[in-house]
Amino acid sequence: MLTMVGKRLLAAVPSLIGVIIVTFLLTRALPGDPAAYFAGPAATKEAIEQIRVQLGLDKPLYVQFARYVADLGRGNLGTSLTTGQPVAEELKTRLPASAELTLLGLIVSIAIAVPLGIVAATRPNSIVDHCCRVISTAGVSLPVFFTGLILVYAFYYLLGWAPAPLGRLDVFFSPPPQVTGFYLIDSLIAGNGELFVAALKQLILPALTLGIFSLAPIARMTRASMLAALASDFVRTARASGLTPFTIVVTYAFRNAMLPVITTLGMVFSFLLGANVLVEKVFAWPGIGSFAVEALIASDFAPLQGFVLTMAVMYVGLNLLIDILYGVIDPRVRIES
Amino acid sequence: MTNIAVVGEGTPPRDSGIFAVLRHARYILAENGITAFAFGLFLLIVVAALLGPHMVPYDPLASDTAAALKPPSLAHWGGTDQLGRDVFSRVVVATRLDFFIALASVALVFVMGGLAGVAAGFFGGWTDRVVSRIADTIMAFPLFVLAMGIVAALGNTVQNIVLATAIVNFPLYARIARTESNVLREAGFVHAARLCGNGELRILLGQVLPNIMPIMVVQMSLTMGYAILNAAGLSFIGLGVRPPTAEWGIMVAEGAAFMVSGEWWIAFFPGVALMIAVFCFNLLGDGLRDIVDPRRRT
Amino acid sequence: MKRREFLKGVTAVTAGNVLPAAPAVWSPAKAQSRQETLLIVSESGPNNVDIHGVGTNVPGYEVSWNCYDRLISHEMKTLPNGVQYYERDKFKMELADDMNVGDMSVTFKLKKNATFQDGTPVTAKDVKWSLDRAVTVGGFPTFQMGAGSLTKPEQFVVLDDHTMRIDFLRKDRLTLPDLAVVVPCVLNSELVKKHATDKDPWGLEYTKQNTAGSGAYRVVSWNAGNEVVFERHDKWVSGPMPKIKRVIWRIVPSAGNRRALLERGDADVSYDLPSKDFVELKNIGKLTIVSTPYSNGIQYIGMNVKQPPFDSLKVRQAVAYAIPYQKIMDAALFGLAKPLFGAPPGTPTEVAWPQPHGYSTDLGKAKKLLAEAGYADGFETTLSFDLGFAGVNEPICVLTQESLAQIGIKCTINKIPGATWRTELNKKVLPLYTNVFSGWLDYPEYFFIWCYHGKNSIFNTMSYQSKEMDELIDAAVAAAAVADKPAYEKSVKAFVDLAFADMPRIPLYQPYVNVAMQKNVSGYQYWFHRRLDYRAMAKG
Repeated sequence: MLTMVGKRLLAAVPSLIGVIIVTFLLTRALPGDPAAYFAGPAATKEAIEQIRVQLGLDKPLYVQFARYVADLGRGNLGTSLTTGQPVAEELKTRLPASAELTLLGLIVSIAIAVPLGIVAATRPNSIVDHCCRVISTAGVSLPVFFTGLILVYAFYYLLGWAPAPLGRLDVFFSPPPQVTGFYLIDSLIAGNGELFVAALKQLILPALTLGIFSLAPIARMTRASMLAALASDFVRTARASGLTPFTIVVTYAFRNAMLPVITTLGMVFSFLLGANVLVEKVFAWPGIGSFAVEALIASDFAPLQGFVLTMAVMYVGLNLLIDILYGVIDPRVRIES
Repeated sequence: MTNIAVVGEGTPPRDSGIFAVLRHARYILAENGITAFAFGLFLLIVVAALLGPHMVPYDPLASDTAAALKPPSLAHWGGTDQLGRDVFSRVVVATRLDFFIALASVALVFVMGGLAGVAAGFFGGWTDRVVSRIADTIMAFPLFVLAMGIVAALGNTVQNIVLATAIVNFPLYARIARTESNVLREAGFVHAARLCGNGELRILLGQVLPNIMPIMVVQMSLTMGYAILNAAGLSFIGLGVRPPTAEWGIMVAEGAAFMVSGEWWIAFFPGVALMIAVFCFNLLGDGLRDIVDPRRRT
Repeated sequence: MKRREFLKGVTAVTAGNVLPAAPAVWSPAKAQSRQETLLIVSESGPNNVDIHGVGTNVPGYEVSWNCYDRLISHEMKTLPNGVQYYERDKFKMELADDMNVGDMSVTFKLKKNATFQDGTPVTAKDVKWSLDRAVTVGGFPTFQMGAGSLTKPEQFVVLDDHTMRIDFLRKDRLTLPDLAVVVPCVLNSELVKKHATDKDPWGLEYTKQNTAGSGAYRVVSWNAGNEVVFERHDKWVSGPMPKIKRVIWRIVPSAGNRRALLERGDADVSYDLPSKDFVELKNIGKLTIVSTPYSNGIQYIGMNVKQPPFDSLKVRQAVAYAIPYQKIMDAALFGLAKPLFGAPPGTPTEVAWPQPHGYSTDLGKAKKLLAEAGYADGFETTLSFDLGFAGVNEPICVLTQESLAQIGIKCTINKIPGATWRTELNKKVLPLYTNVFSGWLDYPEYFFIWCYHGKNSIFNTMSYQSKEMDELIDAAVAAAAVADKPAYEKSVKAFVDLAFADMPRIPLYQPYVNVAMQKNVSGYQYWFHRRLDYRAMAKG
């Protein structure tokens, strides 16, 4: 197991290096001039040059890159121009915000998609099957920001059921003391039930938006692997032995069909983390996605580089976790590798 | 003497090549109403893309501020937007641009990713390592942010949006092509072609590539839907096509701001058109998969 | 079996304790604190709470205005529509108790009981340190101080603990008003000096995150990009005690959401909604909408006069006749602006700025002029705008593009992101663009110095050079310094006429500052910086 982990980490290193280099070049290729931005609207050419020297932007690219890597080694991810805060601090607060939202969205998605997939698999080629396919495909056919805006319009503006899209908490609540950064968990740890409910209420609409968008791959994967599982020998035996349909589907088939579904979940999670940029913009969510978009529009290098690096590391970590999980669930994988 | 039934006597003649595919396709369509529906829709989209600009009642770019923000009526089927332009005309004319974006992205990524992947799977060794590393590096980025970064760095023109979509989808195509050609590398006909004296490149392009086409076409159909959604997302951030171009994504993004004040039609009609198109491409991909290789159905 | 039941039991007990019994919609405690808090929502927030900081953005000015005091401020007058507007020529004492204007200097006596938010008393030493800082840190603050001839630390003299003298470099009408703008704020020098280092002698790193002033409010929490929370400084003496105890400023990027929040009563104030929303909200009648014209501000179409084809006067005039002014007013602004076009011929020029020019939309005249200039077949060019204000700029450009196409000028629209806009504009290569400029000091010559003078400041985006114009502007400044009214008025009228004759920039309209407030919110004041002043606001 450990050798597998070690080998994977080693194999990920070239990708990470590639990511760092590409991001660095990409941010330098952005049209904005941070020195001019920093110097303010009334700066003269001399003032801008002064700031440029101060920021170290007058040095040739490879020198800047060397400085960047040296800073990385010390854990210094630079400072953001738009917010004026160190990037590492921003990421520390914003990453849990995005992760909490994405996880909840994934849970919502699983809650809808997995039963849908199972039902479709138990009645292949029927009306129900086609309906499930249409529903899940429809969810992924709308741009995610549009879905979000429609939900806000319908449930907040027209019906008043959902709270105002003001971010993670209503103005009158202060965040719980930070343990994990996940407000749901931290409020429970602090024993504050009102805060838990408040945080949950703010999470519902954006999680629903994300969930609708990720229905399709999960439903399809569940259906496909359930079909394979239901056609297998051991299920045939279970049927022949006279077990109830519920036991067959849930206890026997589903447990064995879970594996590919988990891989899909991992892929969907990392896709969502990068894709919830738009959802965060609609719901004023203080996550890394909105952070990255603001940085991009403002040609703010440091947050962009920090964001991409964090995501790349998380992606590697996530894939590794899934592979380990795979090994835990299915011993055959462990033995084979 | 035992009666051995000889094939060809008393059995109907088998179709070959393209006719076999078409007969199989007709079978799939007949069995699966939804796929037939998707095909029909696809034809409708193509017709709208080709003939749209000639058939619409109003010039999609002509503003008429006196008639701004009017709800749908007989004169304006889709209502008018904030500058008085006819929404219905813009939606129909936008079909061409969005279809073009989808098609161009897919063509580009097929050429880039498909060829790279096939070469990687076929030749192995360093080609494989390099292509895999590039694919892994791209995959490590949050894909939408990478697309945003590319368009921001290069400028927001249609060409750059197409390029960004192609780059972002490169790893997927490279991976699929690589897996397929890896399997085909050992196929009998490849060995046979080699024995006949065909060069490696000729085998790659003439034997392997055509055989992976079916799987690629399925993926391409799905990517077409993704390309349109991607363009819409970029427009929402402000990195999409330039005004006053009519494109579904930018119309939805601009119209979204008007929903709260009640002018729902500005975002609704392009949104519905977008959804129908992406929906159609996704279902089309499913249908094509059934035609090509029913075992891979999900 | 036993373990499962045990776990189930524990979960039930914990859930019972942690979830509230029957949550009321508004608990009494919440209702009361809601009444004492003002909730403001806007699209973007500050990136630095110190106006002297490097790269501080415009929202940062609002924080500075409310958290720091300045020596003097302006009195308020009431406009015919009931809005409180600052009086340009009447000063009010803020941190100073008394002001004595001499011939080449002004002496201030400070309020003896003024304290900083940490309790230390305010002395003239702090004032000198703060003013020195303003003229030394560089960037925008120093630039703004220089606009009023305040450039050298030697000008600021401490006479005793509560008396301060400021010497003039030259007679300049703008010196006193410049002391009332946002920049010359008074900081707690001892506190900031404690956090200064060799590399950062003015303590900019500390003041970036912390307010160290004597103003009516202080920042108690700042979550960048998210919200700023202010609390009242209960020992504030520079004005009447503000009624609002707590101000929360929340960043909500989506305009649609901001409007929804206002309409449902979940937010108290917002001021950067699209014009259309303001017009509709006014008609719906649930909120108070206040619209006031920008002081000394104009949205214009600028042309680069150094390069063909816009170096030709006839081409510029042709463009001025081809702009669809009324369409822009209707579609881009929904009527919420003061038109600066179409003055009837024979209207006398006034001693005021902005004022309307005589051009209106006349495509026939435009085509004729273009042909006379030698471009009968038109030409191609790009039309650029700042994406940061796309809500207004995009319709302006789309309509202009359409209209210019009718006289043969084909424009490609060039969207430039907000962060890059200044850089691109300052390069002075954009041939045709739309931009907005306004000056804090509401005097015509102030606007003209920055926008039309041959000194070619960065705000002279057209690279306009005219000796005649320079002489007229200099004459106006000189006349104002010695209060020579007839000479001043003559020069102002002359330079306005020249600006309209040469047309290097085509004024479109004077924008409005629009604010939407709940009906129970009062005390809005219009200031030259156009940001909110919390000190006069009240709820209920």
